Amino acid sequence: MSDAPAKAVADRLVKAKRLNALLTPPKDLRKSLSAQAAAARPTGVLYGMPVAVKDNICTLEFTTSCGSRILEGYRSPYEATAVAKLKAAGALIAGKTNCDEFAMGSSTEHSAYGRVLHPLDKTRVPGGSSGGSAALVAAGAVPAALGSETGGSVRQPAAFCGVVGIKPTYGRVSRWGLVAFGSSLDQIGVFGRSVHDAARVLSVISGRDPRDATCEDRDPLRLPTVPESLQGFVIGLPREYFPAELDPAVRRACDRAVRHLKDLGASVREVSLPHTPYAVPTYYVIAPAEASSNLARYDGVRYGPRFDGHADVRSLYRTTRGQGFGPEVRRRILVGTYVLSSGYYDAYYRRAQQMRSLIAQDFRNVWDRGVDLLFTPTVPTPAFKAGEKLADPIAMYMSDVFTVTANLAGLPAMSLPIGRVKGLPIGGQLIGQAFLEDEMIEAAYALERVVPATDEA
Amino acid sequence: MPPAWETIIGLETHVQLRTKSKMFCGCSTAFGAPPNTQVCPVCLGLPGALPAPNGAAIGLAVRGALALGCTVHPKSIFARKNYFYPDLPKGYQISQFDQPLATSGTLSFLSPERGIINAGVVRLHLEEDAGKSIHDRFAKATAVDLNRSGVPLIEIVGGPDLRSPAEARAYLLTLKQLLEYIGISDCDMEKGSLRVDANVSVRRAGETALNTRTEVKNINSFAFVEKALTVERDRQIALVESGGSVTQQTMLYDSRENTVRPQRSKEESHDYRYFPEPDLPPLVLTPEFVAEQQSELPELPAQKRERFVASYALSREHAAVVTNSRAVADYYENVVRAGGEPQAAANWVMTEALADAKDYQDQLRVAPGALAQLIALVKGGTLSHQAAKKVFGEVAAKGGDPRTIAESLGLIQVGDSNVVSGWVTDVLGAHAPEVGRYKNGETKLMAFFLGQVMRASKGKADPKLAQRVLEEKLAS
Repeated sequence: MSDAPAKAVADRLVKAKRLNALLTPPKDLRKSLSAQAAAARPTGVLYGMPVAVKDNICTLEFTTSCGSRILEGYRSPYEATAVAKLKAAGALIAGKTNCDEFAMGSSTEHSAYGRVLHPLDKTRVPGGSSGGSAALVAAGAVPAALGSETGGSVRQPAAFCGVVGIKPTYGRVSRWGLVAFGSSLDQIGVFGRSVHDAARVLSVISGRDPRDATCEDRDPLRLPTVPESLQGFVIGLPREYFPAELDPAVRRACDRAVRHLKDLGASVREVSLPHTPYAVPTYYVIAPAEASSNLARYDGVRYGPRFDGHADVRSLYRTTRGQGFGPEVRRRILVGTYVLSSGYYDAYYRRAQQMRSLIAQDFRNVWDRGVDLLFTPTVPTPAFKAGEKLADPIAMYMSDVFTVTANLAGLPAMSLPIGRVKGLPIGGQLIGQAFLEDEMIEAAYALERVVPATDEA
Repeated sequence: MPPAWETIIGLETHVQLRTKSKMFCGCSTAFGAPPNTQVCPVCLGLPGALPAPNGAAIGLAVRGALALGCTVHPKSIFARKNYFYPDLPKGYQISQFDQPLATSGTLSFLSPERGIINAGVVRLHLEEDAGKSIHDRFAKATAVDLNRSGVPLIEIVGGPDLRSPAEARAYLLTLKQLLEYIGISDCDMEKGSLRVDANVSVRRAGETALNTRTEVKNINSFAFVEKALTVERDRQIALVESGGSVTQQTMLYDSRENTVRPQRSKEESHDYRYFPEPDLPPLVLTPEFVAEQQSELPELPAQKRERFVASYALSREHAAVVTNSRAVADYYENVVRAGGEPQAAANWVMTEALADAKDYQDQLRVAPGALAQLIALVKGGTLSHQAAKKVFGEVAAKGGDPRTIAESLGLIQVGDSNVVSGWVTDVLGAHAPEVGRYKNGETKLMAFFLGQVMRASKGKADPKLAQRVLEEKLAS
């Protein structure tokens, strides 16, 4: 490949600098893109396609700081399987994107490197935690980007920014090289300007990997063709996802999308997922519990910066972790440590696991009744103002109310733009059955063609 | 120990499995490499790295569980044991907690005080080792070597079934023997491939409830097991007798001082916050896999011992010595198969062969066939026992055929009664006063005469023939 395309890619990314979505310095980016373009295999299915990568996914080309002070300047000696697969397919790794620290947040305000601006309204958040990836795709800087999901961190920013975001089934994409937050929930996800861009990147990064014992021994996802109609599809509308207090514009956009689904020939019926109200509390026990253990390794002993004032190993831990982690990460480590402590384990962690089983069973019950897919709003509201929810963690957490369920149940889910309210995008969510991403993507292809994604709802 | 007291001991034994690579990554487990050279993103706990279980380690663990008669569970769960320590790179150890690989086994061993005891094995689980902190290498600094980080271990938790420090030692030696037999571990305490912690409590004779126990750690050699437990037992008894009470705590054994001291409270009372390891699916063992491991098990030491008692009419004590290691037991059987008389073969193996092996890195240097021939030569009267020992030494050092060597050394016994008669005549002639005393009833002088005949013949006279000739001549 000549240097010109690589230069153009870098130029577009640097132009989007004002969003603070990219953590890679322009100089490093240009240099690496040139080298990558020279080395890229022309036979790859993604040849020449720039893909930005969330900063919690290990790359050899760039540092991997997870949006945290504690990994500032950290360079991984190995790369994530998803990144290696992208490169093998000819894609260019187009820098590392800003995110909430260790992917903990719903607004990308919890980054040690400053907040990411919403591409359409700089006073608002792009969503999170993969806000940098979403913003870059929305701004047209890259056609696709990798994010990661633990409770909605791809779908929620995709909805806020008006792009497509897919979270695959747990075990569809290798987690090797994805810095762990909540290991039983984490999956690498994909952003694209279109369903097709997102889906073809997902197809490339999916498939078995012996280095991740939780990755299913399956072939890579095969992309469906764009269907003429959705005849034969049964799409469920879970009533718990359309509460009375739902933002009226979001409801209007969803109603419009549902009419389109019906027009496409899908049979639409109301269903119930009765344990939905417990999903957010369940998630906010399990994810912090796992995080408290996953983040124990950041102790200043082997890598990452050390901070002053350590006389012995205890104080080394204290200063490194006290100063290296931001407040939201510290909050979750504390919560997670608490819920796993002896005397509290049964009351919190064990009960949360039981509830998780019930939530997964809710979905199975619906599939057993012949429903193929669910359609819901992705987030209850459009993008909120920066700072609006910072003082109220619970309000911030409620932003995940429609997305955490798919993570808890391990199901594939995606968000696609279905309209706007006062210029801000609204996302509609499709939730599919485990390892049936192809059906979900098929429906998304059909809906994407007819839904007026940029029209006011 | 005052007879009014009873000691209760249960051992927790960590055993390194004999695998080429680590529990969750492909790094080598070889001992003695330069620090931090056998490491990778997984065992260094780098961000984003994930564990992938080592099937070979799982197989060895299952073999261990089967050899201990445990119930091997078709499904077990890996769990994280969380604590901070510089040599624990992930901040947690992958272990097993409430659903271990195997439970409810027994170890049958010979107690020096109570005979054969069937000690309970409460559980056996898989885990990874931590790295090694080196406190005495650099001034004012602790060095960390992560070569050992992620090495596969099994922990074998024994029940509170041992009643004395000596019994604990016997249990541990039997366990070591078993694990070496089945080939799943080197069991080398000095290299850290076998480590033991002991739970100790005391109670007055007749009491049935268990009292507060302490955990004794830092017992890093077989030689110290009995000593460390004796010190702790005596400490507890003295404490209770003087009106105090035992506190549940960890005691560290100091082998140089032969003392125990409580671990600083800062170092213990961890809340390990165990929870299921989300990076690993449940460990599911198919019946075929378990059956395959069962088929890989050799005859176990206790089975072999009983078979030797039954097949070779050995005493249980002799059978125990001969079956102490698999190599020696195999050697013994090869001697017998080559025609060696079983009891004589046992005697030779227990004395000459083992003594020689001790000096030559456990090598059994005399071929089984040669030893069988040597035994036959003694039994047939061709060699005296003394002469045979010399021949054994020669064969061990140089190899070769025992008869040829005995001939070349001039050690073949003389069984010709004319020649022996000549030596007897010479001896009796030279010791007329003793002959007189013998004839006056001092018959114990027979041994003296026999000794003189052997001396005169330079050990070549057939002792039985010499005695017969002596008796004849002295009777006349």
